Amino acid sequence: MLDQFFNLAIMAKALPLVLTGLGMTLLICAVVIPLGALGGLLAALGSVSESRALRWLTIGFIDFFRAVPPLVLLIFIYAGLPFAGISMSPFMAVTIGFFLNNSAYFAEIFRAGLLSVPKGQVEAARSTGLGQRDTLIWVTLPQATRNVLPDLLSNVVEVVKLTSLASVVSLGEMLHAAGMVRSITYNASPLVLAAGIYLLLLWPVIRLIGRFERRLAS
Amino acid sequence: MSKAIIRLAVPDMILSPAPQGSAATATFRVEALHKSFGADPVLKGINLSVQRSEMVFVLGPSGSGKSTMLRCCNRLEEPDAGEIFIQGDRLTGPGVDLNKMRQRIGIVFQSFNLYPHLSALGNVTLALRKVQKMPREKARVAGLEALDRVGLSDRARHYPSQLSGGQQQRVAIARALALNPTVMLFDEPTSALDPELVGDVLDVMRDMKRQGMTMVVVSHEMKFARDAADRVIFMDDGLIVEEGPPEQIFGDPQHNRTRAFLSRFHE
Ligand SMILES: Nc1ncnc2c1ncn2[C@@H]1O[C@H](COP(=O)(O)OP(=O)(O)O)[C@@H](O)[C@H]1O
Ligand SMILES: [Mg+2]
Repeated sequence: MLDQFFNLAIMAKALPLVLTGLGMTLLICAVVIPLGALGGLLAALGSVSESRALRWLTIGFIDFFRAVPPLVLLIFIYAGLPFAGISMSPFMAVTIGFFLNNSAYFAEIFRAGLLSVPKGQVEAARSTGLGQRDTLIWVTLPQATRNVLPDLLSNVVEVVKLTSLASVVSLGEMLHAAGMVRSITYNASPLVLAAGIYLLLLWPVIRLIGRFERRLAS
Repeated sequence: MSKAIIRLAVPDMILSPAPQGSAATATFRVEALHKSFGADPVLKGINLSVQRSEMVFVLGPSGSGKSTMLRCCNRLEEPDAGEIFIQGDRLTGPGVDLNKMRQRIGIVFQSFNLYPHLSALGNVTLALRKVQKMPREKARVAGLEALDRVGLSDRARHYPSQLSGGQQQRVAIARALALNPTVMLFDEPTSALDPELVGDVLDVMRDMKRQGMTMVVVSHEMKFARDAADRVIFMDDGLIVEEGPPEQIFGDPQHNRTRAFLSRFHE
């Protein structure tokens, strides 16, 4: 039993491959999180804009990509789109799929943040001569972001966990690497190793979320 | 009663002089201001001329359109019809640089609306930095000066949540003052305050008047109106019903509606 899950020798052997996978996991995150946050912010701004067309368009986008399971989306992009003559590398497929999924979630969070800022804040800013853009940048966004900071960070945690789905398109991220070693060694220890690394990676973020939540509550 | 209101609403009233000073020399002037929300007319032709350094007090029952009038004055609310002039410059109509104009009209809200993520100084300097493009140090000096005018230069580093309501409202006044406005509008500046904090805010306003600020004040501080206002306006149902010096409005109101309204404030 101990041998099946906590075999240090196998873990040591798996480590280089798992770390390479970790590199890929971090690379996906490094691309998807900033792009997703930016896309989400833009969609959120659209969803609270004056223009009805823009509101419908962005709310449609947000609802759709929140409803589609990311695994389905990923398989569709990687295995479905080639039938329409669009094929791409696993990395590209993962990036696009996760970007769409993730920006929809970020958008929903930013939208809640924007709506949480009282109208009087915008009025105060506009009445001192601040334009629409300056008001957004210096008054609305800082408050909106602060009000939903725990949710934003939770979403970052979700993205890191989401990357494990990339193994279905054979992208060599961490879980995929660990799974490979497991299938060669017939031993689950590499998976435990990967789980440990996820934990190490995410635990500080989760602690941080807790702290922000307490601070917002007080 | 209703005859008088109709008379005030007809256009030729625009051309006749206001009780004190004339429209032509007014620092701030509102002409035939109309505003509806949906089918609901809220302002039905407001004419108001405010002379330099004058403090005009606006009274009226809740829902009579006082806030809407002030909010139309800097086009936070877009008027349906009517014109607004500040020192002869027109604020209404297309092609007006609204952000530039708004710096000449300070407005103070009942709910302070301070930015909670910025310190008192940050609140006061934001527009100086981002609109007037003042360098940081210069803005800091100007901001501290504005805070000093409301007696709060020692609270510059405090955040709104660390200040009392009265202090927050004074920071909000400083935020408007820092831009050196030509006229200041107050929308029930003391209504959200605990009674013991009202005095500090009124003192600041009295001080501003002494220094020659032009002010339009919506408030129910009758005692303050009596001894500080140059002119009192009574508004009801989207119209100015009556106006005059405070002694006249409080001592000898001409209209039933004014009398009815004021009687509710006598103990
Ligand atoms: N943004 C708005 N949308 C719809 N109705 C409004 C709005 N603002 C004010 N009103 C209505 O206009 C009337 C006048 O309101 P207001 O100007 O706030 O009066 P006052 O400040 O004298 O109490 C009220 O009936 C109010 O319900
Ligand atoms: Mg009001």
